[in-house]
Amino acid sequence: MEETLKIIVLVKHVPDAQFDRHLTGEGYTTDRDESILSELDEYALEAALQLAEARGGAKAGNQVIALSMGASGAVNAVKKSLQMGATEGVHLTDSALAGSDAAATSLALAAAIRHLGTGAPVDLVLTGMASTDGETSLVPAQLAERLGLPQVTFASSLTVDGGRLTARRDADTYSETVEATLPAVVSVTDQINEPRYPNFKGIIAAKRKSITTLSLADIGVDPAHVGHAGSWTTVTAAEERPPRTAGTIITDEGDAGIKLVDFLAAQKLL
Amino acid sequence: MANVLVFIDNPGDALKKSTLELLTLGRSLGETAVALNGDLHQDVSATLAEYGVTAVFRPSAQDLDDYLVSAKAAYLAAAAGAAMAGTVLLDNSPEGKEIAARLGIRLNAGVITDVVAVDADGTAHKSVLAGSYTTSARATTAVSVLTVKANNVTPEPASVASAPETSTVEVPADGTATAARVTAREQKAASGRPDLSDARIVVAGGRGVDGDFGPVEQLADALGAAVGASRAATDAGWISHDAQVGQTGKTVSPQLYISAGISGAIQQKAGMQTAKVIVAVNKDAESPIFEIADFGIIGDLFDVLPQATEEIKKRKG
Repeated sequence: MEETLKIIVLVKHVPDAQFDRHLTGEGYTTDRDESILSELDEYALEAALQLAEARGGAKAGNQVIALSMGASGAVNAVKKSLQMGATEGVHLTDSALAGSDAAATSLALAAAIRHLGTGAPVDLVLTGMASTDGETSLVPAQLAERLGLPQVTFASSLTVDGGRLTARRDADTYSETVEATLPAVVSVTDQINEPRYPNFKGIIAAKRKSITTLSLADIGVDPAHVGHAGSWTTVTAAEERPPRTAGTIITDEGDAGIKLVDFLAAQKLL
Repeated sequence: MANVLVFIDNPGDALKKSTLELLTLGRSLGETAVALNGDLHQDVSATLAEYGVTAVFRPSAQDLDDYLVSAKAAYLAAAAGAAMAGTVLLDNSPEGKEIAARLGIRLNAGVITDVVAVDADGTAHKSVLAGSYTTSARATTAVSVLTVKANNVTPEPASVASAPETSTVEVPADGTATAARVTAREQKAASGRPDLSDARIVVAGGRGVDGDFGPVEQLADALGAAVGASRAATDAGWISHDAQVGQTGKTVSPQLYISAGISGAIQQKAGMQTAKVIVAVNKDAESPIFEIADFGIIGDLFDVLPQATEEIKKRKG
């Protein structure tokens, strides 16, 4: 009998990158009116579901908890996760969280994970390789540092056995195998699996699953330590870059390669 | 002026251009010390002196590379203390950002990534949302940790060379106690081409290369460029995943980006639209890539690229 796992998957709602994205308000935060589950988080959720299913799934006591932090829109990322197969959803929301940078976000998430680990401890925290909006990639590492846990980022494969994990990581100049003891924070790449689409059964089942809402008071975080006030960085100005405009477009009439080189020479790029 | 600490990880026998950029930037902000990991070659020592480095710190342990990130973050935190650093500069690689992330928590310091410039008052400049905004940001903490993108500073030796003292910093034990450990590492074969992330020129291929990156690679080699690819091309297995440019791959800002057989959907654009000059070759006149190209050619890349390659070789003699 394999061990059961309690896995928390961090999911984020992000502005749909198919459309124009904007920074708004005093703190130049991202406008999330049209937001979706971050595509990169689906790989983390799929990895969690596969680990749980290999151990008999929810029936055998495995837990896959989708945790999202943010305003009311964040609940959509949790709902989508429940449709894909997460066993529980948790929405950490508090008006004091608005404008949190990576340091403040990791503080709140670390407290939420500790809260969710009371009773049965958490074995694994899974995240995507980056969010598709902020793209700073800081939160998983900061979360690991705050929780005092090993971090394994950019895992392109992940196995768990006997309280240890083994992962493969691919860098530009090398590939490596790493091992860590559980609990650990792991971020996975888009190479690790092919995320499932929620099927009809999953969508119906999700309606019966409850979403727990947590406030800062529930997880014992002082509102002064998060949000704009608790952040260690501040954005002082933001300017929208003028959109690129089309330049010269030609149709190849047999000499376009030469014209390309002429263009590069004129731009002093040769 | 505040003290600056620059992290240099395994420099080998010569400092990379991006490291010289960090040292130059550091000097514009204050007295610059270096925290080194790995061997200190005498040529590297000489370059550090030319760049006016005031002190060099080395770790008490030689096995930091065997652990993921946290060991280096713990070492760097101790070195920042020894240097009384107000600013810590790292490269903007994925590992650089993760070390910065953990270091930030250890030092109670704000971390800013993807920095392209830093003002004397510590304000950092960067672009966000796939290059659609430029922002200014600063750490509100006593110490700031910045990861700086390559190719944004011109490396310049100091007007007066220094004679840095070398000292050893004790690596805190908690950096390795709970760290993930590397159990095997295989080097990949070197391509001989520049590194995609900070290449001056990138030639990239997409669905239109239909399995054959030959023309893309030959043009890249004629230009001394790195080879990139769209997600369609890497997903098809035509080229290594490392070559992917875009939202789920690398973000590049070269002087010149030549896009061949790539439609230019948002996923790709997110990774390359801050390139200074964009050239696009595509058979389909309706491809969105033409909306952002400075020079677009509606044509077959299998005709255009080889012709351009030959012409470049001819002109370069």
